Amino acid sequence: MNFQQMTLTLQQFWAEQDCIVVQPYDTEKGAGTMNPMTFLRTIGPEPWNVAYVEPSRRPADGRYGENPNRLYQHHQFQVIMKPSPDNIQELYLESLKRLGIDPLQHDIRFVEDNWEAPTLGAWGLGWEVWLDGMEITQFTYFQQVGGIDCHPVAVEITYGMERLASYIQEKENVFDLEWVNGVTYGDVFKHPEYEHSKYTFEMSDVAMLSQLFSTYEAEAKRAMDENLVFPAYDYVLKCSHTFNLLDARGAISVTERTGYISRVRNLARAVAATFLQERERLGFPLLKKGEEANG
Amino acid sequence: MAKDLLLEIGLEEVPARFVRGAMDQLKDKTEKWLDASRLSYAAVRAYATPRRLAVVVEGLADKQSDVNEEAKGPARKIAQDENGAWTKAALGFARSQGVEPEALFFKELGGVEYVYAIKSSVGVETAGLLPEALPTLATSLSFPKNMRWGGYDLRYVRPIRWLIALHGDEVVPFEITGVRTGNVSRGHRFLGADTTIAVPSDYVAKLREQRVLVDVEERKQAILAGINGLAAERGWHIAVKDDLLEEVLFLVETPTVLSGSFDASFLNIPQEVLITSMREHQRYFPVLNAEGKLQPHFVTVRNGDAAALETVAKGNEKVLRARLSDAKFFYQEDQKGGIPSFLAKLENIVYHEELGTVADKVRRVRAIADKLAQQLHAGEETRQDVSRTADICKFDLVTQMVYEFPELQGIMGADYALKFGERPSVARAINEHYSPRNANDAPPASLVGAVVGIADKIDTIVGCFSIGIVPTGSQDPYALRRQAAGIVSTLLAHGLELTLSDLFRIALGVHAESGRAQKREAFDVLKDLGEFFALRVKNVLTEEQIRYDVVDAILGAGADDVRRTVLRAQALQAATAEGRKEAFRPAVEAFNRVCNLAAKADDSRQVDARLFMDAAEGALYEAWQHAHGIVTKAAAEAKMAEALDALSGLSGPVTAFFEAVMVMAEDEAIRRNRLALLATIADDVKSFADFAKLNG
Repeated sequence: MNFQQMTLTLQQFWAEQDCIVVQPYDTEKGAGTMNPMTFLRTIGPEPWNVAYVEPSRRPADGRYGENPNRLYQHHQFQVIMKPSPDNIQELYLESLKRLGIDPLQHDIRFVEDNWEAPTLGAWGLGWEVWLDGMEITQFTYFQQVGGIDCHPVAVEITYGMERLASYIQEKENVFDLEWVNGVTYGDVFKHPEYEHSKYTFEMSDVAMLSQLFSTYEAEAKRAMDENLVFPAYDYVLKCSHTFNLLDARGAISVTERTGYISRVRNLARAVAATFLQERERLGFPLLKKGEEANG
Repeated sequence: MAKDLLLEIGLEEVPARFVRGAMDQLKDKTEKWLDASRLSYAAVRAYATPRRLAVVVEGLADKQSDVNEEAKGPARKIAQDENGAWTKAALGFARSQGVEPEALFFKELGGVEYVYAIKSSVGVETAGLLPEALPTLATSLSFPKNMRWGGYDLRYVRPIRWLIALHGDEVVPFEITGVRTGNVSRGHRFLGADTTIAVPSDYVAKLREQRVLVDVEERKQAILAGINGLAAERGWHIAVKDDLLEEVLFLVETPTVLSGSFDASFLNIPQEVLITSMREHQRYFPVLNAEGKLQPHFVTVRNGDAAALETVAKGNEKVLRARLSDAKFFYQEDQKGGIPSFLAKLENIVYHEELGTVADKVRRVRAIADKLAQQLHAGEETRQDVSRTADICKFDLVTQMVYEFPELQGIMGADYALKFGERPSVARAINEHYSPRNANDAPPASLVGAVVGIADKIDTIVGCFSIGIVPTGSQDPYALRRQAAGIVSTLLAHGLELTLSDLFRIALGVHAESGRAQKREAFDVLKDLGEFFALRVKNVLTEEQIRYDVVDAILGAGADDVRRTVLRAQALQAATAEGRKEAFRPAVEAFNRVCNLAAKADDSRQVDARLFMDAAEGALYEAWQHAHGIVTKAAAEAKMAEALDALSGLSGPVTAFFEAVMVMAEDEAIRRNRLALLATIADDVKSFADFAKLNG
């Protein structure tokens, strides 16, 4: 099964579970969790089921396209279900079968792994799922997001697409994966991997990035003053990515680091709290819809 | 009549490290509830896998036992008025015991008459108690980390997905987080199916049919049999560490042991790195040959049967290949750097906000270690090694390998140091200075490692104490107790001539010179340090099987010189052992008399022979002068039994002295002279032990 078929298969499977299938969000981010479809929508009482593939940028992991496993940008397939369904583990295992992974032919285990994202004021409990010793999925019951207790609790399933594909296609090097018939992962991504790595480690302008961070931060606050949650959050994401670029460049000392993280976290918390207020002001529309559907 | 009871809590995979504790708790709480509820039973057995916690009560009585006991009320004069009518107090008592006033009666106790009632209640049917008791029991289990799920409020280790509550063949009805009890359990996730449990006694066998070994011991034996089978077949030695076995045990319901291989070229990386990577990342058991050398194979336990084992092995090999490639990469990259560049990075790593960077700590360790080497009169070569080791003892903290595997600190330092051309004695000491790393670990074997190890640990302790981090109760986040115990065991192992007060003085001096603002007064820190270390020495004495009264007596004379403290304790223990203690008793009595009276003396130790009125005084003084010479020499040579013998020899002259003279003589000069003599003797006695603390 090639990379593209995997994505389509997972989209199809989770669409069948009544997940809203959306497209990747258009602002840089380090993980699918930071997409507002997860970060904001897992807050508050409204039901929410969504699935999407998310290109995720981790500047510090860039290796000029030379390392067989590490990438500046990788792909996560993200599923959120709120409230977490009773049969969520069974659904997940069913999705693996759709990808051609027969559990009787493999060793699949749920190994404790607790997730925490300090910049988002978020944490949860769950597992990493092992396929024959390889971590292929992060499976988390969110307990807090943006410093707010999750009630009901959302479950997040994050498939590491490159890892899964390298297993399914039996490839040692990520760049040898087949994206679609005749085109490899390397054909699509090796060139940008090299350039992004070169830019991140050798070229990026530290003074400009520091300036951008402050500008984005100020703009996020300005938008927040008007209760414009979504635009404000976009700028929080930009702050976060800018911080990652600075960090990868080695431009942030240990003491400064804590300062940057708490600046992002404070913004994220403020956005989360305002989002909840705004949804409440709107009367939690999805909650009403859910009741109508059930009623 | 009696029936069996089964409670099974079906869960999503519980973290392996919590399962055994939860199982023990379930058994314990079940037994406590049964006892408190007056329910008799034959046995309670607990079972656990990653997906379930279960308890079976065998031979559970159908009814609570009846109660028939007398309850004592107020005295007669309070219970009845002058007319013999029941007072309010008596009526209240009757009501509280659930009896009519007519049923009250009197009984005498200690010459006073009291009102009594027979409190009796007929035992309730067990079946009636269970619907309330079982859900309470299930939700009362506590876990180190809890979570919520769905729309429920319950905080529990992982979501509850099914429940069995079976009393005989009857389901006990209740519900937790929307899950209703039944008599259907779930088999192995992939190999088994749902299965109906007709009666509790079928539980273990029914689940075995569905490929779940619920009995922990049975599962463990299955894993060990698999490992041993493989070892015998291949001629391997498979290193089974208990904590890893325990974790694996709670990761699987059907264990199947398998092995895989990795490229022998990875064996160029230090063995500890490979073993740590396999254990920590993959939960693999390493394979060794008869000489203890790592082989290019690993052993793992699958949660499943033997189907397609090659696929599973191949997958695991692929993962390990990537892991080991990373390790190899780190190992090569680290060697491209040099010690100076690593040391420079330590300047940017915060050790503790108030105690500076790791580089600051290293500078203090160096200063302390140099002073210690001087104090110990170490030779020139040792001093040079100590200085160099102290300077570079932390450089590996910023290597990629130690960043990835923090437990390899020191081990990598030693390996890289050799590669960077350091002396072998220095490389070895870098690794040793962390020792003892845990309660079962040995102190540094080399003197250089010992000195730097002590310097590193005392710097941590003094630093923490000086900013107010002093362990209390169970709070010891920086493991200061372990570090202090490490210093004590190192002092003992090397027989170092270093007193604790010298050690504290040196460390406090270096901290004072570091230019950091001193948050607490040195005097207060010193006092805390003394008490803190005295407790560590006390632990050592207790571990040495020294009697508790001997421990108290010895510590009464302080623990400043750790080595001599232990030797004093051993000498005193021997002198007061059965068979010898009778002969030693007169000495103890003499010491106590001397010390009691010496308390009346002033600070003067001026003994003037011209003021002796009786021959016994001169004799005692002479005996002391003789004994004191021996005691001083023996103490210097750490021959504490000889010192005690010499002191005991004073017992005769002391007794003769007390028989011959009145210490509290009328004449002040004579009195003071006698007290000064006793005080002089008492000084020697008290520096050995506080003999008054010995049991007769």
